[in-house]
Amino acid sequence: MAKEPTLGALLRSQGISRRAFLQFCSATASMMAIPAGMAPAMARALEQTSRPSVIWMSFQECTGCTEALLRSHAPSIEALIFDFISLDYHHTLQAASGHAAERAREEAMHEHSGEYLLLVDGSIPTVKAYSTIAGISNLDLLLETAAGAAAILAVGTCAAYGGLPKAEPNPTQAVSVEELITDKPIVNIPGCPPLPLAITGVVAHYLTMGALPELDHLGRPLSFFGENIHDRCYRRPFYDRGLFAETFDDEGARKGWCLYKLGCKAPETYNACAHVKWNQGVSFPIQSGHGCIGCSEPNFWDKGGIYDSVPMGQFGAGPKIAVAASVGAAAGAGAAVLSRKKKHKTEAELPED
Amino acid sequence: MTLLDFARGPAIHWSLIILIVGTIWRLLGVLVLTRGADLSRPRDAFGNFKGYRTVFSRSWPSGEFTTTTRYQTAMAYVFHIATLIVVIGIVPHIEFITGLTGASWPGLPNAAGVALGVIALASLLALIMRRVSRPQVYCSSWGDYFSWVVVAAPLVTGLMAFAHLGPRYETMLAIHILSAALLFAWFPFGKLMHAFWFVFSRAQSGVAYAHKGVRI
Repeated sequence: MAKEPTLGALLRSQGISRRAFLQFCSATASMMAIPAGMAPAMARALEQTSRPSVIWMSFQECTGCTEALLRSHAPSIEALIFDFISLDYHHTLQAASGHAAERAREEAMHEHSGEYLLLVDGSIPTVKAYSTIAGISNLDLLLETAAGAAAILAVGTCAAYGGLPKAEPNPTQAVSVEELITDKPIVNIPGCPPLPLAITGVVAHYLTMGALPELDHLGRPLSFFGENIHDRCYRRPFYDRGLFAETFDDEGARKGWCLYKLGCKAPETYNACAHVKWNQGVSFPIQSGHGCIGCSEPNFWDKGGIYDSVPMGQFGAGPKIAVAASVGAAAGAGAAVLSRKKKHKTEAELPED
Repeated sequence: MTLLDFARGPAIHWSLIILIVGTIWRLLGVLVLTRGADLSRPRDAFGNFKGYRTVFSRSWPSGEFTTTTRYQTAMAYVFHIATLIVVIGIVPHIEFITGLTGASWPGLPNAAGVALGVIALASLLALIMRRVSRPQVYCSSWGDYFSWVVVAAPLVTGLMAFAHLGPRYETMLAIHILSAALLFAWFPFGKLMHAFWFVFSRAQSGVAYAHKGVRI
């Protein structure tokens, strides 16, 4: 059996120079908050790594996460890393279909049991009939595949937190990966879609360090989700000076002022969009003129209107304040009547002069 | 539901309901309980007018007390004006009010908001120091101190949230909104109700004195 190629050999065969590879390692080390001195060690480890098996399961999703990754910096080293890993099952990308595709998954699970990485995009409907692959429900497929995984990467907000399918009224009773799997290390890489560098960065970290990166309280890698977008936003000085776009076509919007009043959720959203950006660092939503919608936060779809600003109250459909005023008036009148009665009674009981 | 979802959802909603129910209840409950008209002839033909004038004239201490109450008067004015500007002048507050009423107006730059918040907090500290150091003047109850804490808390947490200090922004914002919710819920039941009572109490005593010909 031929020896499997290392990543270094693969990159050289693709015409990627060592300089470019080291640049990638330095950038990734920097993004992952790994000390700069570790970049050469990371390069060595990556070069000598052999093909790890990866199974990518797609459940209730829109394929946006896969699209974001594939259409990132093509052709990039990040993409090549994905070429390099043994992507044994990904039903959007694989050539095989039907029973052959399922057989590939089963073989990968069997051959690399306990070692393969499981990437999941899409939420999982707990009402099994809503989504099946090869006649197997998403729920059963995830439980079966996760059992032999070394670690799980929940890619995109749907896999990480339930996302849009979980939005009210959640007809499929969708849940996230971590709501179902509790005995495996899980990294959430949320976003709708997530930054491609966040996905490849976590994979590179896992390949080089042999461990998953440090996570925040929502299971996200701190290196990409450690700071809120507002703190890194190039429009922040306008926020501080009190200069806001009031509509999407006013003078403030044309001058690039802060989008806070137009519902920008950057102050409560943790992601690296503002500095990593998209399309080879060209832009990100706020730079394009639309506020952040907070897509890397749990339940972002149900947190009030997209164009409601962060400090606005979310009063929902509960008791209304006008009703409260009526109740107050009734209580006040009642209290007054009782007090008057008591006063008259006291006056009547007083001895006459 | 996150802490922020709870704060800007049911917590602030119910606190506003308590504020409105409580305020109207207390106002009506007291105002309906008026004395009957005083049938005696007023000593001063303009008695009632002079009485109502006290609503404004008592916004300033009488000449005899100017010196002794100078510190308190100055600090109270600074606190009320700075707090009012912060409440209606900074953009997040305007956004909240806009969400509730639809009304909107231009906001202040953040630096001005922080400066006014610090001034309001400093004057509030100056007032509590006077209260603590002069117990014979104030005869404070626990409710007075609680009201002070309930007013100071939104200022402290608001400044921290506004300046992005302390815990993560959304946590600090949630704590700030919760502290404001506590203020709204407590408002009708403590001395904070003076925001409404001052008009009626000044007018009532002004009219009573003016009717009797007392110089006011």
